[in-house]
Amino acid sequence: MSAYAYQGGRSGGSGPLVMMVHGAGLDHTVWRYQSRYLAHHGRRVLALDLPGHGRAGGPPLSSVEEMADWVGRQWLEPAGESVALIGHSLGALVALEVAGRFSGLLTRMVLIGSGAGMHVHPDLQAAADRGDVRAIDLIIGWSYSRRGRLGGHPEPGLWQTGVTRRMLERGLRSTLAIDLAATASYQRGRATAAAIRCPTLILIGREDRMVSRRAAAELAELIPGARLEVVDTAGHMLPLEAPETVRRLLGDFLPSA
Amino acid sequence: MPAGSRPERDHPVADGLGFDTLAVHAGVQPDPATGARTMPIYLSAGFVFDDTDHAASLFNLERAGHIYSRISNPTVAALEERIAALEGGVGAVATASGQAAAVLAVVTLMGSGGHIVSSSSVYGGTANLFRHTLPRFGITTSFVPPTDLDGFRAAITPATRLLFGETIGNPVMDLLDLEAVAEIAHDAGVPLLIDNTFATPYLCRPFEHGADLVLHSATKYLGGHGAVIGGLLVDGGSFDWESSGRFPTLTEPYPPYSDVVFTAEFGPGAFIARARAEGLRDFGAALSPETAFRILQSIESLPARMDRHVANTRQVVNFLAGASEVEWVRYPGAPGHPQPQLAGRLLPRGGGGILSFAVKGGRPAGTRFIESLQIFSHLANVGDTRSLVIHPASTTHQQLDDEGLAAAGIDQGLVRLSVGLEDPVDLIADLRRALTASQRPPGVP
Repeated sequence: MSAYAYQGGRSGGSGPLVMMVHGAGLDHTVWRYQSRYLAHHGRRVLALDLPGHGRAGGPPLSSVEEMADWVGRQWLEPAGESVALIGHSLGALVALEVAGRFSGLLTRMVLIGSGAGMHVHPDLQAAADRGDVRAIDLIIGWSYSRRGRLGGHPEPGLWQTGVTRRMLERGLRSTLAIDLAATASYQRGRATAAAIRCPTLILIGREDRMVSRRAAAELAELIPGARLEVVDTAGHMLPLEAPETVRRLLGDFLPSA
Repeated sequence: MPAGSRPERDHPVADGLGFDTLAVHAGVQPDPATGARTMPIYLSAGFVFDDTDHAASLFNLERAGHIYSRISNPTVAALEERIAALEGGVGAVATASGQAAAVLAVVTLMGSGGHIVSSSSVYGGTANLFRHTLPRFGITTSFVPPTDLDGFRAAITPATRLLFGETIGNPVMDLLDLEAVAEIAHDAGVPLLIDNTFATPYLCRPFEHGADLVLHSATKYLGGHGAVIGGLLVDGGSFDWESSGRFPTLTEPYPPYSDVVFTAEFGPGAFIARARAEGLRDFGAALSPETAFRILQSIESLPARMDRHVANTRQVVNFLAGASEVEWVRYPGAPGHPQPQLAGRLLPRGGGGILSFAVKGGRPAGTRFIESLQIFSHLANVGDTRSLVIHPASTTHQQLDDEGLAAAGIDQGLVRLSVGLEDPVDLIADLRRALTASQRPPGVP
């Protein structure tokens, strides 16, 4: 199985190691607005493609626990150093579980668009199971703020919901249904969160309709010392919809050289 | 419809918003500084950096934002987002003209040694570019009749980097079977670029039929009023550049931006990111913000205008089809058009606002016809609120020799009409008068 991690366009840099884990049906390009910046600002970046996603080969993994083990054994342990771990959506659940299983290897953690667990609407799961494009319609409808769905993105000329749609279309053919099922079935979040000891930042969009602010607040309560930031005028796709805010918050929170 | 019920959309668009809503709103938010509701015209060559790190980050593609209006501008970006939304793509680059959009697409995909397979039924300016200009830079083109699918397949070589065609061929009005040609392109690992100028995304969205890239002369229906020149290049975001292996510009490190690999960095937006970062930076055919504003505003009324263009054109087509002075009429979806099923599939809302026909009596009769019109303006454009007429063989396609004209299906007597938004009764009266004049012997008033 070929593994892949994007290094933010810079290999051989210096500084603390930062790993990023994407959400359901997505890949490392969801970190487009953070990975390259961090890699050129005092960090070494590995934006992972989970198995079966993006450029990574192999079958997709079917549970958050398997994904966490894969991240730990494929990337964390071979790195031979402590890392800061960032996850979005499903990737945040994976990061949480990684923190539980490989606690000594994390310096900091950022969980974006997540609670201690995540509910997946049965209509969404059913559409994804059928390979029906309606699953993507639902995700986009629930993942962008009302304002974000009309554009005005800071990246000139990019129609961001269209970009997200194309990312998810690749996943719909291969991984989305499996990822969503893995998301919905993850039950260990609360217990794991309570045992976390590394400094943790939690980001949630004020208009996130995939994960409630209450769920994110509960997660922040569970993790000792965690800080919660609510990002205005943004939904679940925070790294894409609010690129500058997320970049700034990560830049301030993560250790640098 | 029962009171209070939600009307059915006849043109649903992904992402949960209808076409007409996106035509009005996509890409524009109320101005955060002033509250201005329409898109301000940002007439500024450059944009102030927060600090030196911000500047360096923008120049290295680490952060989103504007540097210099040759590469991007807020007003222009709003237009780019809007057309990307309406076409169902991932992004767009606006250019100084439709021709510039075509050049930008080509140079983003290939260099010397590259090869294009193009429909022979294309705008004369595109034919000139492909046939006469690009060969000087080592890029060659094979032309294939738009209905010759085997010909498209046979013309592809290991050097081919692009298949090209127009949704509705100019000026013959033949349709390209987008699904079939896209399949041929994809089997060969190359993208299909469609000039969707005549159809507009209101009538046809080529990405939904398999195309990978779309361009527009925004001068036409998008601008809509015959006032400004502009172009748009739209990326569908679904072509797999990495699997193809034919596009090192997108899949291999690019030294000017710290060896960025566009597919790895931008994912579905790789093509359009390179088109902007290199193409606008180096070739510089940027659209002015003032022009972008005018096109942006015109797109707000695109659905209403296109409905009226189609309705008027159908009346004109019906009139011409019954006129004894007319040899033939060609309009997608109308009786006599050779591709009725394809027209129904590609253009369910109508065949647009342009038609071609021939006046009996050949070129001399055609000349008398054009010179007798009073409401139709004789000029080289289409997609205006005004009705327009031209004789392609002596104007827009003049550079084609007899062989080229024959290959493009343009006979010497062909007249192209672009039907505007005037009262169709007046348009038909104008045509009636001119047709009668066309059949008079020379010198007889």
